[in-house]
Amino acid sequence: MAASRPRSLLRNLNAKIAAIPMILTALVVFTGGTIWTVAYSFTKSGLLPRWQFVGLDQYERLWDSRRWLVSIENLFIYGACMLVFSFVIGFVLAALMDQKIRFENTFRTIILYPFALSFIVTGLVWQWLLNPDLGIQSVVRGMGWESFTFDPLYNAQIAIYGVLIAGLWQGTGLIMVLMLAGLRGIDQDIWKAARVDGIPTWKTYVFIIIPMMRPIFITTLVLVASSIVKVYDLIVAQTGGGPGIATEMPAKYVYDYMFGGQNLGQGFAASTMMLLAVLIVVIPWAMLEFGGRKRG
Amino acid sequence: MADIARPAALEGPQGPRPRKRFSRTNIIVYGTLIVVALYYLLPLYVMVVTSLKGMPEIRMGNIFAPPVEITFEPWVKAWSQACTGLNCDGLSRGFWNSVRITVPSVIVSIAIASVNGYALANWRFRGADVFFTILIFGAFIPYQVMLYPIVIMLREIGLYGSLWGLVIVHSIFGMPILTLLFRNYFTSLPQELFKAARVDGAGFWQIYFQIMLPMSLPIFVVAMILQVTGIWNDFLFGVIYTKPDLYPMTVQLNNIVNSVQGVKEYNVNMAATLLTGLVPLVIYFVSGKLFVRGIAAGAVKG
Repeated sequence: MAASRPRSLLRNLNAKIAAIPMILTALVVFTGGTIWTVAYSFTKSGLLPRWQFVGLDQYERLWDSRRWLVSIENLFIYGACMLVFSFVIGFVLAALMDQKIRFENTFRTIILYPFALSFIVTGLVWQWLLNPDLGIQSVVRGMGWESFTFDPLYNAQIAIYGVLIAGLWQGTGLIMVLMLAGLRGIDQDIWKAARVDGIPTWKTYVFIIIPMMRPIFITTLVLVASSIVKVYDLIVAQTGGGPGIATEMPAKYVYDYMFGGQNLGQGFAASTMMLLAVLIVVIPWAMLEFGGRKRG
Repeated sequence: MADIARPAALEGPQGPRPRKRFSRTNIIVYGTLIVVALYYLLPLYVMVVTSLKGMPEIRMGNIFAPPVEITFEPWVKAWSQACTGLNCDGLSRGFWNSVRITVPSVIVSIAIASVNGYALANWRFRGADVFFTILIFGAFIPYQVMLYPIVIMLREIGLYGSLWGLVIVHSIFGMPILTLLFRNYFTSLPQELFKAARVDGAGFWQIYFQIMLPMSLPIFVVAMILQVTGIWNDFLFGVIYTKPDLYPMTVQLNNIVNSVQGVKEYNVNMAATLLTGLVPLVIYFVSGKLFVRGIAAGAVKG
């Protein structure tokens, strides 16, 4: 038995060697890096990381900062609207596409293409379209409606909705494609049965089809939610966080303090809060998903 | 026999009822889709049209109007003369930087992830599932938490600010989704093939190169589409892990357009934006269904 230990280590040796990058990534970068950042968020790190414990000081400063509070509020507004609108619009579009229509490929290609573009490109395009002197407002005024006002990016109250328009333009196509895949996975007999029973189409969707698509809804939700938390490039390109601090986001706060403001501690604390936000979404989902799998 | 003898007319019409071409439902369905499609195309249209106009025409007219006089000068200027700070050699520098970043990143990340997926699917070793679970969890962790530790790690191995440092970063963050993609694909292949090769005495690498690789070209194409668009569109990693003379196209584009000094040349800026979006757009339009498969594979099975 004494020999079995080294042998079991050597078993599958090639597979283990091949998996070294994965093991390093999982342990050193993902786990180690996360723990490191969380640990250093309790220190006084400024220009360089410094192991001088200060307890929750960084977090107190963070939650006292007006910019951070605005960022969090923006993330909630943007996130909630993005989820609601992209899911509703995405699902309706998918349902329309599922009506055995002609030119389905053309429509899908058009609605999904913004997803292939970067947030930088998306942000810049919508910066121009929403620019009152150049874009939609100026065109409508040019047609004779002189008092028409549509300048979300120049009005601090509603600037975040200007970002939302761009975000929806870029991301709804993805939801549509995923929903369409879900709809196609539904047994056609269900539709036949509903039709025989005389249930109206909309009722079939709301009470039969959507509950059946719950898994794909949840997966898409987790995916989209965790990408919303990371929103950074879109803000940088479209508004730069402005006007003032009206469209700041947590991810931008982190970047600015870590690499611009030379205040690492604040960046670490802010990113730890982001991690917390994501965990609140992901852990219940993972327990549901993996717990269910074990039972089944 | 009786079936054939019976006249068809008594059976009534066969098959689904033919739909009227202009039924109310059809008008609603197509009407909505066409309006939505136009809305989606509008930004692209505006950029193309504006990039072909001269500056005087832009100041006078509206951005939806087609150009009166078509000029390609903004495109030339965006490519070879646009300024970022003191450098005025245009977006071409960013383009070639992006190529230099994307090509090795795509190759390295796919090579690592495909071997990972293969090992996870066919050569399961103890603890493999633990690492894989951490890896998948890592896909959801906000990058922001890992940004600085990676800076330190790259600095330790002397790659911070270099091209290869960025390649490593892209390989790391592409690993979760790609590994999942390859693992699922290799698991779906018939196990008999693998077993037969084992019986014949083939080893880990031999089976990978001679059996798995030739059989999985489609999934490699899907992974390539995913990675090329993802890495080309990256902004955050480019800005953090490279130096200004290595900045990828997205970063340079943002610097050109959002620079505060000088008059805003909208035509040049839009041409520059189109140039930056061109690579992923071409990939998207050429690959068609494979692109959809790539994003769906990550989402649906994740």
